[in-house]
Amino acid sequence: MIDLKGINDVVIRFATVNGTGSASANNMFAKAVYKMGVPVTPKNIFPSNIQGLPTWYEVRVSEKGYLGRREGIDILVAVNAQSFAKDVQSVRSGGYLMYDSTKLLADEDKRPDIHYIGIPMMEMCIAHYNDARTHLLMKNVIYVGALAALLGMEISVFENLIQEQFKKKEKLIPGNIQALHLGVDYALKNYSLLPYKIERRDLIGDRILIEGNNACGLGALFAGATVGSWYPITPSTSVMNAFEKWCYKFRVDPETGEHKFAIIQAEDELAAMGMVLGANWNGARSFTATSGPGVSLMSEFLGLSYFAEIPAVLIDVQRGGPSTGMPTRTQQSDLMIAAYASHGDTKHVLLFPSNPKECFDMTADAFDFAERYQTAILIMTDLDLGMNDHLSDPLQWDDSRMYKRGKVLTAVELESMKSFGRYQDVDGDGIPYRTIPGTHPTKGSYFTRGSSKDENAKYTEESEAYVRNVDRLAKKWLTIQKEIYPPEITINDKGSKKGLIFFGTSSYAAIEAIDLLAENGLHFNAMRLKAFPFTKEVLEFIDNHDEIYVIEQNRDAQCRTILITELNINPSKLKSVLNYDGFPITAQFISEKIITNR
Amino acid sequence: MTYQRPNFRHPDLPQNKIGFYRKDYEGALSTLCAGCGHDSISGAIIQACYEMAIEPHRLAKLSGIGCSSKTPAYFLGNSHGFNSVHGRMPSVATGAVMANKDLLYLGVSGDGDTASIGMGQFVHAIRRNLNILYIVMNNGCYGLTKGQDSATADQGSINKSGVENSFQGIDLIGLGLELGATFLARSFSGDKSQLIPLIKAGLSHPGFALIDVISPCVTFNNNVGSTKSYDYTREHIEATGSIDLVPYKSEITHSQIDGTTQIITLHDESSIQVHKLSQDWDPTSKISAYNKMHEAKTVKEILTGLIYIDTESKDLHSVLKTSKKPLNALTESDLCPGNDALAKICAGMR
Ligand SMILES: Cc1ncc(C[n+]2csc(CCOP(=O)(O)OP(=O)(O)O)c2C)c(N)n1
Ligand code: SF4
Ligand SMILES: [Mg+2]
Repeated sequence: MIDLKGINDVVIRFATVNGTGSASANNMFAKAVYKMGVPVTPKNIFPSNIQGLPTWYEVRVSEKGYLGRREGIDILVAVNAQSFAKDVQSVRSGGYLMYDSTKLLADEDKRPDIHYIGIPMMEMCIAHYNDARTHLLMKNVIYVGALAALLGMEISVFENLIQEQFKKKEKLIPGNIQALHLGVDYALKNYSLLPYKIERRDLIGDRILIEGNNACGLGALFAGATVGSWYPITPSTSVMNAFEKWCYKFRVDPETGEHKFAIIQAEDELAAMGMVLGANWNGARSFTATSGPGVSLMSEFLGLSYFAEIPAVLIDVQRGGPSTGMPTRTQQSDLMIAAYASHGDTKHVLLFPSNPKECFDMTADAFDFAERYQTAILIMTDLDLGMNDHLSDPLQWDDSRMYKRGKVLTAVELESMKSFGRYQDVDGDGIPYRTIPGTHPTKGSYFTRGSSKDENAKYTEESEAYVRNVDRLAKKWLTIQKEIYPPEITINDKGSKKGLIFFGTSSYAAIEAIDLLAENGLHFNAMRLKAFPFTKEVLEFIDNHDEIYVIEQNRDAQCRTILITELNINPSKLKSVLNYDGFPITAQFISEKIITNR
Repeated sequence: MTYQRPNFRHPDLPQNKIGFYRKDYEGALSTLCAGCGHDSISGAIIQACYEMAIEPHRLAKLSGIGCSSKTPAYFLGNSHGFNSVHGRMPSVATGAVMANKDLLYLGVSGDGDTASIGMGQFVHAIRRNLNILYIVMNNGCYGLTKGQDSATADQGSINKSGVENSFQGIDLIGLGLELGATFLARSFSGDKSQLIPLIKAGLSHPGFALIDVISPCVTFNNNVGSTKSYDYTREHIEATGSIDLVPYKSEITHSQIDGTTQIITLHDESSIQVHKLSQDWDPTSKISAYNKMHEAKTVKEILTGLIYIDTESKDLHSVLKTSKKPLNALTESDLCPGNDALAKICAGMR
């Protein structure tokens, strides 16, 4: 049998049934690794279903601090009868399978190349607890205890987590601690410690564990969003849920009970986007969150935002497409529709967060950008980032920061102006001045419309006026290009002409892949894209390298296509590494693709 | 705030009580067909706002797409306007209303804009009791795309090409009653004396006020056999009565009051006087409204006037408990919890 081992380097997968309380036990395991000072990356793999279908929870522990997924399941905790046979096959050769030995293993589930750890979970539950619901819940805590013991983890860390979790339901604490120890004791009595170990380190610093969607919700709260409208869709729902939760905590007047926010569950995504435009037009910061199908529906309004120049913030938590696709799997496959949503010559600003801190910062910045550029800003996150806990630098807010509301004229300014033309390019940057309804009794009113207009917002079908207007919009796009986030460029080897381009959640794996490739003597420099339009540094990086791979999580190389068309790049210059199976891309996948395709 | 009034004054027309002339409520020159019902409705809107002495910048007008939805360019030129996309004005209005509770909102739509492509948003705006006056300029056809039948065209109505409409027409007022709308009225573009007070009452109503105005399309649906033509409408109209909006604290003129007058007191203590043509119904009663509508339908009459009003109407802002200060006027200090709070939040994620 293959001899696997590792200290703080292991991948554990829990195969459970959703709706049985396993999620909180699995979470506790990941949190314990974190509490022991060791970098951890948990991933939820769940079905588009509420109860009864298989779910998996995968935990990667990495002393080196790699935060992407890693291929190869070292230890599998298989407690779902339905998926058991398949789960057994998924363990890597030489790996370990922990199962409930209350029932005997079937012959076809016995593999000669893996180790079996049988824990009589249900038997112990029945012996110690009374009702069926408790049996189900305690079974989860028993396997966590057994696993922790065999990995040599500190059991006191788990006890503390249980105390914390049930602070408000103290009655439940003794039962849970008992279950933990049932697992610990049985495992230590019947098995020897595994060759995998999780040992205490001090590698976390001040980092936190947070889901990207929660960070987006907080970003909107801090940036002063007051109107949120949305239509439920996985995996974006928890963005508005988070925003709402934080609003209830911070935006309800303790004396009057007044709300300094309004959240509306719209009838569909068209309406959600319409409300965002209406509110922003009327001077309130407003946003929505959705996923691919919602972006499709919002397209007409996104075009209106572009052409009538109305600020909007849209958080697109991408999932597997096309159509309904794989609602509970991750992808980066909305780039094309997001960049060019709606008919006619339309373009939108995209931001690409790659960790929760960036989800927070970019969401907050998006409101400033939307108002400065008077257009829609789309934050391109995804299911992996949004719905999983990530180890992230703590979120920070500069208390001296003021909201940048852009070129909005006040009543006093209007009073002193000779004339106001809503679509006049006064400053030569393509960005016109706007007014908010209700500002001045006789000055500054205009008619907002999605049809062609002149500098004074008057309807016109005159070609010259139309061309002047759309050319100004193109000029505004150039201003955005100068001011938006440049990419993050890492030069690992000054002499190297090899480069990787990536963005968003592909970044974790890409950064690790650079190390794997270096072990193979291939030294790559890196460019992480943070925004579209691409700033001049993007073209410079491409010009300075001659073997370039664009890493992305979609089938059609959408980012590569946009780079080629927007920057006029020779297509043969950009090769692709594409992962689109719905699971977060891994470093192994990237390095193997590059090595075999060279 | 100080500002310069334009020098030109029409000598005959008086200023209203805040010093504006009727002209200040006008807009650009209409480009609709001569005789289009929509232009008459624009005129009624101008007159109502002038008489109510609304500060033009305290009202925002919104519309969808269609000949009808173009009209906001032709009235209230000093008010901000938003010509959105086809059928989606209710959502844009919802966002706008949420952003600033202190303005008045006037939505203008067509029967195509409302009853077909925009039906989803329309019913949800009613459900939420959005604080807006929503006027449907109802001509039974799609004017702007050259006269196709709309969803409000009556079954059996004959269009300009001589084709009989075989589908059920949607009755927006009946639908509104079903959905729990809090203010429902129907009128006719050719009857300004009825329409102007209805517009005033609708603007004063705290919640969703729907006025379905029959507004003939002279170019595509004014032919013999059409049930939305001027002639047909005039022949079949049945008014429930006329109304007057009596602003808060003004005198009720007793001479107008007789046995069929009903006084409905509104939330702000202004009131509506309804001069009813018959005593046997009550616009504050839903059942009464249902009965009256069904009676009219069976005899193929077009019932106009104030059809239903809920005097206890609670608008979306009250339901959502939004702050007295409009959301768009809140600043960093109202909205941002600050870095100490954020540090605490982060501490909870360790
Ligand atoms: C998405 C979309 N589909 C179709 C159209 C074309 N269109 C413009 S106006 C209109 C119908 C308008 O009818 P109605 O609302 O009754 O207005 P009217 O012109 O009769 O006043 C249509 C179908 C459009 N503008 N947008
Ligand atoms: S086509 Fe009909 S609705 Fe349109 S402007 Fe002419 S008369 Fe009015
Ligand atoms: Mg029409």
